[in-house]
Amino acid sequence: MRFNDAVLGLVLIVFAIAEIAYTTTFPQLPGQDYGSALFPRLIGAGLLLCGIILTLRGLRTRTAGWTDFADWVHDRISRTDVLLIPASLIFYILISDPLGFVPTAFILLLVLLLRYGNRLVLALPLAAVTTLVIHALFAKLLLVPLPWGVLEPVAW
Amino acid sequence: MNAIWQAFSLVFDPYVLMVIAGSAMFGLFVGAVPGLTATMAVALLVPITFFMEPVPAIAAIATAVTMAIFAGDVPGALLRIPGTPASAAYADEAFAMTRKGEAEKALGTSLVCACIGGLFGACVLTFAAPALAEVALKFSSFEFFWLACLGLSCAVFISRGSVVKSLVSLLLGLLIATVGVDIISGYPRFTFSSVELMGGVSFIPAMIGMFAIPEIIRFATERRQVLPQHKAAIGKLFHGIGATLRRYKLNVLRSSILGTAIGVLPGAGADIAAWVAYATSKKMSKEPEKFGQGHVEGLVDAGSANNAALGGAWVPAMVFGIPGDSVTAIVIGVLYMKGMNPGPTVFLNRPDLVYSVFIVFILANLILLPFGYLLIRLARHILQVPRRALMPIILLFCIVGSFAINNTAFGVSVMLVLGLLAFIMEENDIPVAPAILGIVLGPLLEGNFITSMIKADGSYLAFFERPIAAVLGVVTLAIWLLPPVLKWLLGRTRATAGQIDADKSNG
Repeated sequence: MRFNDAVLGLVLIVFAIAEIAYTTTFPQLPGQDYGSALFPRLIGAGLLLCGIILTLRGLRTRTAGWTDFADWVHDRISRTDVLLIPASLIFYILISDPLGFVPTAFILLLVLLLRYGNRLVLALPLAAVTTLVIHALFAKLLLVPLPWGVLEPVAW
Repeated sequence: MNAIWQAFSLVFDPYVLMVIAGSAMFGLFVGAVPGLTATMAVALLVPITFFMEPVPAIAAIATAVTMAIFAGDVPGALLRIPGTPASAAYADEAFAMTRKGEAEKALGTSLVCACIGGLFGACVLTFAAPALAEVALKFSSFEFFWLACLGLSCAVFISRGSVVKSLVSLLLGLLIATVGVDIISGYPRFTFSSVELMGGVSFIPAMIGMFAIPEIIRFATERRQVLPQHKAAIGKLFHGIGATLRRYKLNVLRSSILGTAIGVLPGAGADIAAWVAYATSKKMSKEPEKFGQGHVEGLVDAGSANNAALGGAWVPAMVFGIPGDSVTAIVIGVLYMKGMNPGPTVFLNRPDLVYSVFIVFILANLILLPFGYLLIRLARHILQVPRRALMPIILLFCIVGSFAINNTAFGVSVMLVLGLLAFIMEENDIPVAPAILGIVLGPLLEGNFITSMIKADGSYLAFFERPIAAVLGVVTLAIWLLPPVLKWLLGRTRATAGQIDADKSNG
């Protein structure tokens, strides 16, 4: 996922300008020159400067192309392998509360283990044992309130 | 004296010793598995240490890192795949020795040198930190502002690769640190009316995201590549080690000093120490032509330097609250969350705690010898643990770890966003370590900056009025201004020579 420096630079420039513009909505304290907007604005100015330098540098080397994507971006199997990671995190964020930690973690592990090439005879017990061990470690030993979800009636 | 005894009783407590043994095994395992770094070991460990008392928490982190940095040498020597970035400098050299049938010599030397270097770093920490802390007690907001600037500048200039890209990383980290309610005005900044963001971007999910998620994604991109198997027979590990050490005793000393010094510099850690020590070794060697073909000298140097850097990194972290590398950045973040702000006052208020850190460091390096020996003996099995089974488990661990801090799924979102950001950054050669330093030091830098500005009442001269502040300020400005000025001068002389485009592309 490599981008030409000019692409990175432009993204930074746009981001920095938006950020500085947003800091103008911060309130000024009466009789106080150095408020909450000062520091973020200095950071924004720094990012803007870096963005400009990167853009100029990138334009000089643009013959190499704007992007240079590694094989996995073009390969369908690898792409799915990679996208599965953010997807499984989003799945956890959305589902863990209603469904509960134990089923969510078990499904997540099983899908990933199978996808990454483990056989079912290994994946099934590994997913079950890992889920229960992590649950015991965090929920029982460290007292983290992991959600029970649908298992609430049989919570152990 | 009393505090020292107290510290001993704090460390030599059965629970703490158990934690040390457990994190030693954990650190060795994570360091030895290619694709899992020492920083990742810490990132995974932190959610658990979060629930511990300060001494076991620090002991767990310090031990795990010490072990992981050595353990990275094992796959480096046996498979030519460095287990952690700190072993990358000499993985080729060590593998060349293995091919010559000297695997035991490579690993034995690495282990003993790691132990000596680590002990050296620990001793420097023990003696330098209290002395520096006495000086640091006199510091005001001006000095701390400059110190933070100096630390962050080091992080930007020392990192390998482009200075501009390191600066981008640092600025992004500082910006992330401004999210949440501003301590001075009480105004919620960049929260976009989200209640979850009022308290700021939680540090632990951020750190797990930035250090662990990119490694997992990288595994996914290359999971179908098969790792080589090692078949090297490992004989008597410490055979002839005495002769090697006697021959290269000055190398060990030089690289331990060098490694500790690099560790002290903010932002530069074990990996840079190893690269520099290896390069120095080659330059100073009587037989530089042997380097790269399985010569033990480079291993002696780099192996002691990277472990020495670990102790060094804790010096600025404990004395000033300015991290020496990404691991100490994490430690500082953890200490802040425990309400124990690192800095010179810790030496006054909790000397027992400070001494415990010293004791833990020395202990960790001493037990490195037996634990490391065991790792090398078991290497064949550990290197065979399939990553395809390991990575999903690590991902679940990351999820639970980032959930556990605030007990909301929001932590998982923070981890996801920053993990993707860090992955894209690393793909484009933007280092992640400066961003973590920025997140940790951001509040300190801004707080001292605004306080100083208010005290100075708009007069920038006040930043230079106190003597130490003046020195720190001048050094900082010199670090900022000298490289571009030198480059400009160099560019002018080159331009007259008519080779304007010589090497402008890097810099």
